Amino acid sequence: MRIAVCIKRLPDSETRVKIAPDGKSLDETGVKFVLNPYDEFAVEEALRRREQAGAGEVVVFSLGPAAAQETIRSALAMGADRGVLLQVDRMPADGLVVARALAAELKDGAFDLILFGKLAIDDYNHQVGPMVAELLGLPCVTSVSRLEIADGKGVAEREIEGGIEVCEFPLPAVLTVDKGLNEPRYPALKGIMAAKKKPMEIKPTPLGVGDVEIVALTLPPERKEGKIVGEGPAAVLELVRLLREEAKIL
Amino acid sequence: MSAVLAVLEQRDGTLRKVSHEVVTAARRLADALAGTVDALVLGAGPVAGSEQLGRLGADRVVVLKHPAFQRYAPEAFARAVVALAKTGGHAAVLLPASATGRDLAPRVAVQLGVPLVSDVTDLEFEGGAVVATRPVYAGKALLKIKITAKPAVLSLRPSVFTPVERPRAGTVESPSLANAEVGRVVVREVKAAAAGTLDVGEAPIVVAGGRGLREPANFKLLEELAQAFGGKASVGASRAVVDAGWRHHADQVGQTGKTVSPMLYVAVGISGAIQHLAGMRTSKVIVAINRDKDAPIFKVADYGIVGDLFEIVPRLTEEIRKLHG
Amino acid sequence: MAPTFNGVDFYNTDGLLSEEERAIRDTVRSWVDDHVIPIIGEHYLQGTFPKQLIPAMAELGLFGANLPEAYGCAGLNNVAYGLIMQELERGDSGVRSFASVQGALVMYPIHEFGSEEQKQHWLPRMASGRVIGCFALTEPDYGSNPGGLITVAKETKDGWVLNGAKMWITNGSTAHVAVVWAKTGALDDPGSIRGFLVPTDTPGFSAKNQAGKLSLRASDTSEIVLQDVRLPRDALLPKSAGLKAPLACLTAARYGIAWGAVGAAMACYVEAVGYAKTRVMFGKPIGGFQLQQARLAEMLTEITKGQLLCLQLGRLKDQGKMTPQQVSLAKRNNVAMATDVARETRRLLGANGILAEYQAMRHLANLESVYTYEGTHDVHTLILGQEITGMNAFN
Repeated sequence: MRIAVCIKRLPDSETRVKIAPDGKSLDETGVKFVLNPYDEFAVEEALRRREQAGAGEVVVFSLGPAAAQETIRSALAMGADRGVLLQVDRMPADGLVVARALAAELKDGAFDLILFGKLAIDDYNHQVGPMVAELLGLPCVTSVSRLEIADGKGVAEREIEGGIEVCEFPLPAVLTVDKGLNEPRYPALKGIMAAKKKPMEIKPTPLGVGDVEIVALTLPPERKEGKIVGEGPAAVLELVRLLREEAKIL
Repeated sequence: MSAVLAVLEQRDGTLRKVSHEVVTAARRLADALAGTVDALVLGAGPVAGSEQLGRLGADRVVVLKHPAFQRYAPEAFARAVVALAKTGGHAAVLLPASATGRDLAPRVAVQLGVPLVSDVTDLEFEGGAVVATRPVYAGKALLKIKITAKPAVLSLRPSVFTPVERPRAGTVESPSLANAEVGRVVVREVKAAAAGTLDVGEAPIVVAGGRGLREPANFKLLEELAQAFGGKASVGASRAVVDAGWRHHADQVGQTGKTVSPMLYVAVGISGAIQHLAGMRTSKVIVAINRDKDAPIFKVADYGIVGDLFEIVPRLTEEIRKLHG
Repeated sequence: MAPTFNGVDFYNTDGLLSEEERAIRDTVRSWVDDHVIPIIGEHYLQGTFPKQLIPAMAELGLFGANLPEAYGCAGLNNVAYGLIMQELERGDSGVRSFASVQGALVMYPIHEFGSEEQKQHWLPRMASGRVIGCFALTEPDYGSNPGGLITVAKETKDGWVLNGAKMWITNGSTAHVAVVWAKTGALDDPGSIRGFLVPTDTPGFSAKNQAGKLSLRASDTSEIVLQDVRLPRDALLPKSAGLKAPLACLTAARYGIAWGAVGAAMACYVEAVGYAKTRVMFGKPIGGFQLQQARLAEMLTEITKGQLLCLQLGRLKDQGKMTPQQVSLAKRNNVAMATDVARETRRLLGANGILAEYQAMRHLANLESVYTYEGTHDVHTLILGQEITGMNAFN
């Protein structure tokens, strides 16, 4: 089975956000960069499907700066076969630009599955995966939390408000995956060493300008300091009074 | 004259509440453009609630019918929305950033050849362009972004654009689409969650519990409190209790769970790790109940009670029940 | 899966590591956060070693990590090995002790002193965690003076018969195979010390848990009795000759312990900082008071020094230049400083510091064992003294 996984290098979830002097981007000093947590589920799923099929290739793609090689290598350490870095100077704000670059690269890969994490925890855009599917003319299911594949067809479950949608789709397909689909493996330490020897292509990728413009990146307004109303059940009456009379929400 | 297309959502023949938010936002944008609002909903038959959309500012409501729209069908839905957007020459297309909307919006954007700005919490019309604000880095920062493409396609974060009355004609048209194929991705069935459960991402009130509850059975206390609010509250969970298997992932609030913006968020026995705060910090009012007065949650809570939740929560449930008669 | 623990790196020692070394450290760090930290307090209280972790540890490649791939091991360099020990001990000294014994005290001597057959038979099985080993050198009356041991191995027609008693043996009751050090010649001849591979189900071999420990509780510590234990000829580790064989094993283990101690110190320091910033007394967090700041400054300084010591030691080992005395300096310093950091953390935490919910006191108690085993602090002092002056002050 030939599987492509698109991954993203981004700031760790615990990053303290500082705005860069240009007022439009993150100050990257001291920021720890990691593999997007949702992409780990995608890499793991690809590895399992290849193992299940008995043969195949898992290729990891990433659009990012030179440092994203390390991120790709962490996926290679988990067991992916080779990596491709679409190297750019700056991450575009326009997801369609990213999707176009990825789609162009994936087009001739004859992949049975193209996997993405459902969203990136830095921008929460939720869009590149289905955009790539649309550009490639492939069926797509998003936020997959359960998956079965057999005989060139798949059944996926995705969470919707108040329920679960069960979707059938043919292969080849694009899927974006959600937490709970699987438990990502730790790379074996041997795998970390082997990652260095696996093929990695680095392709400088010119990008279109895109049709969005960042106006500003700002810190959210501080929530006003709250108050401890009191201790123990005795404080409940006062809390309810405040919610009714001060906050006016009851 | 400019028009804004509001793409709505229905389930089982009734408009979903999030649709009101989309119309409200569309009206706001249309007013800035001195334009009109077209509301579009796809379904297999009539959609209850369509007649009331005029009140929220819809000039025209199109209920587009076809058997293929019985359930969500990504490819058919996208094609239908794009067709209307193209013929209507809309300046902007708004969708909800619901589970379905998040699936649909990217496809619509690509077919229109334009970017998608998703999960928007504020929008304006400035200098001849739509300018959207959206949270990034788990809500630790806000990004203001100008869209230079036409139409501007945006998805809106649920529970943010509070519906506001702005009466317009709201004329309902119910054409049937001649041709529509479901497409390659077929929704075979929808497994419903337990009856009467309100999705954590959409409930106006969320009562969330963490490890402080000590055992899964103790979540009963929170269910009782939620019930006392009379059907408007949902029970949420921190990551720790979801990972421990006490609650479903669908109820998880936080960075790897859901981001919620209810009117009232009650955090019970939750310490307030950064990743949890990421999921609920934009709630309008936050109440925290915790035995540890130094718990980080108290820093973001508007009101807090320090003490034993096993004594405090039942008391609170009692008082809320009294309020709701 | 990205680790919760963020490390302590005041001097950017991360910048001195290769990408692979960092990735290895981060993987073990993540695993410890996910699988050791949540359960180890309970195991410590119960006095049990979390055996259920063994398969996962093996799968990661933690056993004999610096031994060659040809024997099923990870084939990592010594800095990576040290980083693994650091992260394991950040979880608990008992968990790190398990890995130290398995890798440095059993797999290492098999690799160093064993026949090709022994290596092929035992090493892959131990790397995969299917076979657990223990290292039996210390005896009830011979701790700091291992050369005086009195366990004997008499040559017989078919092989050997061993008699003796060993004490304070980590993994003793869990092990499938024991590396037993015994004298084949006169009792006053340490040159006759040889290593023997003893399957623990051999008749005459018995192990008994040493109960009543107040330290290293999440670890199997056992006494071993060998009563007419008959072994085939090929149980002997052929290249083990004299005291220098077990001492070489100790050097290998001590190297890992120097790193491990830094891990324990880091865990305590981070706990101390977190507490100091949030615990409010007299109207402000206690971290704002001078005495607590002095504590924290001292801890950070000592940890930073310890980190740099380990790193250079590891680079020397990888260059083949490391001496046992250099290891003594690092083990002695780092374990002593970690014990201090743990104690000061315990004190900073106030009354909360005596609860198992916090890590400090568990680390403090554990480190007392680490201070004593693998060469007590004092023994390493004399090793250095002899190295410096050329004069033996042992006796």
